[in-house]
Amino acid sequence: MAHTNITGSSGVFGRLWGRLSLSSRQVVWAWTFLALPLVFFAVVRFYPTIDAFFLSITDWDLLNPAKFIGLENYHRLFADPVFWQVFRNTFAYLILGTPISIVLSFAIAYYLDRVVFLHGFIRALYFLPYLTTAAAMAWVWRWFYQPPPIGVINSTLSIFGIPAQPFLRSIEQALPAIMTTSIWAHLGFQIIIFLAGLRAIPTSYYEAARVDGLGEGAILTRITIPLLKPTTVFLVVFSSIGFLRIFDQVYNMTSNDPGGPLNSTKPLVLMIYQTAFGSYQMGYAAAQTVVLFVILFTISMAQLWILRNR
Amino acid sequence: MNGTAQAAPPSPRRPFAARPGRIVAWTILFLGGVVMMTPLLFMFSTSLKTASDVYDLRLIPQTPTLANYIQVLADGRFARWFFNSIFVATVVTLSCLFFDSLVAYTLAKFQFRGRQVVFIAILSTLMIPTEMLVIPWYLMSSQFGWLDTYWGIMFPGLITAFGVFLLKQFFETVPNDFLEAARIDGLNEFTIWWKVALPLVTPALSALAIFTFLGNWTAFFWPLIVTTDQTLYTLPVGLSSFAVEQSIQWEMIMTGAALATVPTLLIFLFFQRYIVRGVMLAGVKG
Amino acid sequence: MTFLPSFRNLVRALAVSATAAGALLGGHNPAAAVEIQYWQYVFDTRVQAMTEVIKTFEAENPGITVKQVTFPYADYQTRLIAARAAGRSPEVMQLFYGWLDTFISGRLVQPLSPTAFKAEEIEKEFFPIVSAMKRDGKYFGLPTAVRSMALFYNKDMFAKAGLDPEKPPRTIEELVAAGKAMTKLDNAGNFTQVGMALDIARQDHNWWREILVRQYGGESYSPDGAKVAYNTEAGRKALQFYVDLQKVHKIGREGFMDEGQAAFRAGLAGMVVDGTFRIASYKTIKNFTWGVVELPTVNGNKANFGSYFANAISAGATGEKLAAAEKFLAFVSSPKAMNIWLEKVGELPARRAVALTDANVNDPVYGPFIRALDYSSTPPMTDELAQRQVSIDLINTVLLKDTPIADALKVAAEREQAVLDKAKAK
Repeated sequence: MAHTNITGSSGVFGRLWGRLSLSSRQVVWAWTFLALPLVFFAVVRFYPTIDAFFLSITDWDLLNPAKFIGLENYHRLFADPVFWQVFRNTFAYLILGTPISIVLSFAIAYYLDRVVFLHGFIRALYFLPYLTTAAAMAWVWRWFYQPPPIGVINSTLSIFGIPAQPFLRSIEQALPAIMTTSIWAHLGFQIIIFLAGLRAIPTSYYEAARVDGLGEGAILTRITIPLLKPTTVFLVVFSSIGFLRIFDQVYNMTSNDPGGPLNSTKPLVLMIYQTAFGSYQMGYAAAQTVVLFVILFTISMAQLWILRNR
Repeated sequence: MNGTAQAAPPSPRRPFAARPGRIVAWTILFLGGVVMMTPLLFMFSTSLKTASDVYDLRLIPQTPTLANYIQVLADGRFARWFFNSIFVATVVTLSCLFFDSLVAYTLAKFQFRGRQVVFIAILSTLMIPTEMLVIPWYLMSSQFGWLDTYWGIMFPGLITAFGVFLLKQFFETVPNDFLEAARIDGLNEFTIWWKVALPLVTPALSALAIFTFLGNWTAFFWPLIVTTDQTLYTLPVGLSSFAVEQSIQWEMIMTGAALATVPTLLIFLFFQRYIVRGVMLAGVKG
Repeated sequence: MTFLPSFRNLVRALAVSATAAGALLGGHNPAAAVEIQYWQYVFDTRVQAMTEVIKTFEAENPGITVKQVTFPYADYQTRLIAARAAGRSPEVMQLFYGWLDTFISGRLVQPLSPTAFKAEEIEKEFFPIVSAMKRDGKYFGLPTAVRSMALFYNKDMFAKAGLDPEKPPRTIEELVAAGKAMTKLDNAGNFTQVGMALDIARQDHNWWREILVRQYGGESYSPDGAKVAYNTEAGRKALQFYVDLQKVHKIGREGFMDEGQAAFRAGLAGMVVDGTFRIASYKTIKNFTWGVVELPTVNGNKANFGSYFANAISAGATGEKLAAAEKFLAFVSSPKAMNIWLEKVGELPARRAVALTDANVNDPVYGPFIRALDYSSTPPMTDELAQRQVSIDLINTVLLKDTPIADALKVAAEREQAVLDKAKAK
């Protein structure tokens, strides 16, 4: 191995090594350390990225050799009404999910920050769902959403005299029902991050504000929220990406009719999965992944840009 | 920003002004926390019920039994999936700790032409969603015979840009004097990293370890695609196929879900402080 | 120097532990002379039955070992095709009869040797529906078992509702009446027990599309299988009847207990339409007794849906693996394997002589299924999952969106036609 020769004190390489200046040796060390990881990134990240773009302009279907077909996959995708339904669903997860989870987790963190009694315990109650496995908890939630007589939520509703809700069997309620499970799972993470952000605000700011006679509300809007902007930006971007990539919950909660009923819950990643691994149209699926990439990229950049200027 | 990442205890600097408000706020927070826990509580409770009690929605089982656990584990497949998940998550975590920190350290502490390019190149991979890579990975795996192997499940995650990014910021805070002193003592660069620099960033390493382990323990999408042999399923994939293949038997599914959840909850109980701090570190630094 | 051992040891330890664990757990058997793989999809009783068949086969053929590999149904076809692309096809595979054209054009399967499997013998000994495995005079596979459908009913619930458990419904009118008698609602009008489990994603789509449509006097598909033929008055009547079970008669509800068979198993559904493959699973039911009856008639018309999974030999199998695969295929199509299959899975033997024994025909469980084989049809199923999805969406449009029957049916027929056309074009 090259290492042995370089570090060895004898032999040609040893003599060469001895003649190198300290900074040159550093360069050799650096590239030695980076060699394997760089190969890894090239093979496992960069090459597949290019490959995905390439596959998206072919009709590869696992059975026959890939043929170049130009932008046909994209034309087909944009002409497919199911794609636009899926597109709307994907954004519905994002547009409903991100604001709700951000506001909720901020409110909880804001009050939890001031709680002294059982602070750690209450924090743990909110945080534990974050440590669960989405695929497993999707089944628990699926059971919760069952119609009477077995569904936990509908049984609870009936105690209060509220009529049973169809939840996963409704084209209106199914998507919010699935989205709720994702909010539930990630709320604890967001609360912890907000708590860290709140702690990062120097106490002196608050003291100064109180000396100026600002009330709680004014302190919140003029000091806390503006100073939390970096934290909020991070969480908004992070949570948006999560909702745009939702899959585990949908796959497991709608396995009778994946993405149903009537495609009302199907997100883009599930469509990709079905296209690639259900009907093995790899080229067409690759085009869908490119669209997903463009969406993710645009949304993250737009959010960073918007939130930067406020 | 470093000092901000301490989790406990809550700061007394902005306590609630009035007592009644404090009690109301506490009660709401507490009840909210209980609501958050209900799915977990029902999952455990149902896993201890007999099939005929499942539709009786009392939280405390009337005749608690471990029979479901015995039946699920006697199946043999669950034990195997459990092992697979542990094995995969552990190996990937160790690999990430080793390689991510080696790369991060090199990028933080070595001066060489191309350093910035390498860093940006690695960072840019964060922009590529894994969903875009699975089809090429699948193609690669089928050509190299990696389908249905542990290697196939693990290879995409062995080095992560996120880890490099996170750790680099911590290595940058390590004083150069420490490293110089070690060099003067005649230690080689690898030893300096391994023995001097690494111990100084243990909090960041534990944060990365927690995230990587959790991420791989719960991973579903790629293992679902790359494994077809039941004996190589990870726990989430196994559970999902188990739930579908039986005509839906909720007590069995809840038992499986509980088995998938218990390890991470146990880890939390033992390492609560590290985990909360780790999440904060990653959130603030990452 | 100092770091090298630790670095290398780390890498080596990782590599060694990975390979060791892989070898330990991979279960490779280096001693075997010829190992062939057999693939089928996951279905508990089928896997168990095949395990038993393989055990018997290996005992009779000491030089051959068979490794069974299984996949979830939804992924099964993709796995086969991916394996072919990677050159790792199993020597023997199970396939749905409707997939045959795709598999031939994708060069996944090879024709059976005409000397080892003689066409005239096959046609004499098997039920005629095996001809769906024949192309240009050559057979591409043989089934172990064939399936048909029937109505399962809960005898205890019949008795409790004041119905005669020995007189299950014979017509759709009797079906609705029995369903109404067994349905129970709570104060808020929610089902606590349904007369009939309705689950379009399981077997109801076949009941509607292949059976009810024809019982109402229509056709599901054109005789050559190329055209969807249910967008007719008969199709509308059949669809109307099916959705009225939920909308008008209210004897059941899609989604009750999540899954139709789960509701039946739990003793909360009085009846369910299901196939032979469910028999073994229902035999494990302990808390009530159940019976089986031929599907109810419409205006005296009978119809049923016969189908099967066949076993075929991979196009890539040659030499001693091919010889072993042929031996294995002959064995899984033998009376011995068929009896194991009947006992473990409950699916009907594909050979007439094995199926039509007096014991089977008069069996209270198998009898209704075997009698149905006389009037079963085997329609084209080129993309079973996509065609099923069309039916699921059809029912959901009517149930959840209140789309008029005629409009919904027209859209469904067009969508399914597109699926058939696409498969033809390949």
